[in-house]
Amino acid sequence: MSTVPTSRTGGTPYEQVQASEEFVELRSRFRRFVFPLTVAFLVWYFLFVLLSAYAPHFMGTKVLGNINIGLIFGLLQFVSTFSITMWYRRWADREFDPTADALRERIEGGEVR
Amino acid sequence: MNIGSPALNITIFGLFVAVTLAIVFRASRTNRTATDYYAGGRSFTGPQNGMALSGDYLSAASFLGIAGAIAINGYDGFMYSIGFLVAWLVALLLVAELLRNTGRFTMADVLSFRLRERPVRTAAAISTIVVSLFYLLAQMVGAGGLVNLLLGVHGSAGQNLTIAVVGVLMLVYVLVGGMRGTTWVQIIKAVLLLVGAGLMTLWVLAKYGFNLSDLLGATNAKGQPLITPGLQYGKTDTTKLDFVSLALALVLGTAGLPHVLARFYTVPNAKEARRSVVWAIWIIGIFYLFTLVLGFGAAQLVGAKQIAAAPGKANSAAPLLAYELGGTLLLGIIAAVAFATILAVVAGLTIAASTSFAHDIYANVIKRGQVPPDGEVRVARIAAVVIGVVAIIGGIFAKDQNVAFLVALAFAIAASANLPTILYSLFWKRFNTRGALWSIYGGLVSTITLIVFSPVVSGKIDPTTGKSASLISDTGVDFHWFPLDNPGIVSIPLAFLLGYLGTVTSRETSDPARFAEMEVRSLTGAGAEKAVVH
Repeated sequence: MSTVPTSRTGGTPYEQVQASEEFVELRSRFRRFVFPLTVAFLVWYFLFVLLSAYAPHFMGTKVLGNINIGLIFGLLQFVSTFSITMWYRRWADREFDPTADALRERIEGGEVR
Repeated sequence: MNIGSPALNITIFGLFVAVTLAIVFRASRTNRTATDYYAGGRSFTGPQNGMALSGDYLSAASFLGIAGAIAINGYDGFMYSIGFLVAWLVALLLVAELLRNTGRFTMADVLSFRLRERPVRTAAAISTIVVSLFYLLAQMVGAGGLVNLLLGVHGSAGQNLTIAVVGVLMLVYVLVGGMRGTTWVQIIKAVLLLVGAGLMTLWVLAKYGFNLSDLLGATNAKGQPLITPGLQYGKTDTTKLDFVSLALALVLGTAGLPHVLARFYTVPNAKEARRSVVWAIWIIGIFYLFTLVLGFGAAQLVGAKQIAAAPGKANSAAPLLAYELGGTLLLGIIAAVAFATILAVVAGLTIAASTSFAHDIYANVIKRGQVPPDGEVRVARIAAVVIGVVAIIGGIFAKDQNVAFLVALAFAIAASANLPTILYSLFWKRFNTRGALWSIYGGLVSTITLIVFSPVVSGKIDPTTGKSASLISDTGVDFHWFPLDNPGIVSIPLAFLLGYLGTVTSRETSDPARFAEMEVRSLTGAGAEKAVVH
């Protein structure tokens, strides 16, 4: 049932887990989720910073009463931060934890040793 | 200027101290092992640790400082708070859980997992202690600066006494309560801060009939609308670049702050570490939304001129607004919250720095791991006393200096010396000892060098008063050649580059077995440190 190779194939138990299909899949799913998201929120944040610093007239354009584009941009940074937080949490709880926990239990249960 | 009732302010603050001390003494009864002292037995829940994280993070600089920056500079002050918040996504996505799974007490635990332990631990401990000390000094000076306004203490002796009292109280929390006691202080402080700021926010909004546009109509002392971008940073190309540099340090610095990293070890597992960051992001985000209202409220109801004339200048915006709204009682509450904030943050910093000294330098570098656990904790306590004394003396000497830049400097060092090595060692298989050392020392030295030769230290003259706006008050002394106040835009990329160059030029090959253990452990939590059961 286990696709984690046994110690006969060589390497430490951790190396065997690292080479196992489940772990490789878990790691790539994790990286595919967090790396692009990190790039995205950094780009989005620096867009706000650079526009505020170098395009103050655009950011100062009034939209509704005294509320200007810059303020809306800024408040959207709060919205995006909260949204990414909840999205990641949901993803990690549902998609990541079950696989990670199963692997952990097998390692700690001595199954791979 | 005297507003409010110092006696009432001191009474409310005294009440906070009495309640927290009682809790700290209760918490100390279960302090037995090093894990209890350094990591609160790893037994806090995610929500508890999330509140404590926000308690650690929302320093006087971010509560009084940001509300004041918004009151004086409007939109530009608001941009600050966004950097402070977005930064938490780095901690959430890349650092918190993996760090919790791999380390025990400090950042150096993660680095030394697969790199050569002694040099790497030494480097990480030095940068941890430097960041903590700079941050600590800024907090202590902040405490001294606030007394005029809040406690009616006048003169140098009174300020010195206040700094000493803050230092001694903080040491009692740290020595008696350890991480467990300190965490409870942070939680109580975070709740008080959130309730106090929330109440004031509602009050201000109610005064404007919940019409945000009306509130945002505030103007500065020159009559310019505060909502206009660029009031502070838009003056020249240098100031614009300076803001971008600061923004970079803020967003990458948070996940490298020692007292934030130490908190990830106080929960039983990675899932709780994740929950704690989720809680922290909500609390900190909501709090910064409050400060937007408070800053504009202070500009409207107190007025830029009065804020600038007050003893604490921009830092006094929030307390003055409290007095304007709720009179003596609300000012007393907010004053007490401000002091609780400083007290809690210095306690968190001291425990992080003393842990790093005792666990990294003493136990693992000097004694090579051959110490009984209680010996390590004893050294941590001594280190805490030394750090506390240094902070008190430093705070007294620096109290008349303009040291607000120290917080930005601490973030810049954390972003250059700490974050690159943390990320490299978690995610880059080939990363090795030389890469870590070049990155840590390179980041640390370049940041400090650039600051020393920046306008922050010498050669900045306030155009309106003709007086020095630098650390060195003699306007004749000018040795600055680096144009920016914030070194991040140079030092952060440099530290990442040095980490890369050091790694590829070194013949040291990474140990595949140790890397496998670290990688598997970081993602699955297998073999991670467990909570202490009493």
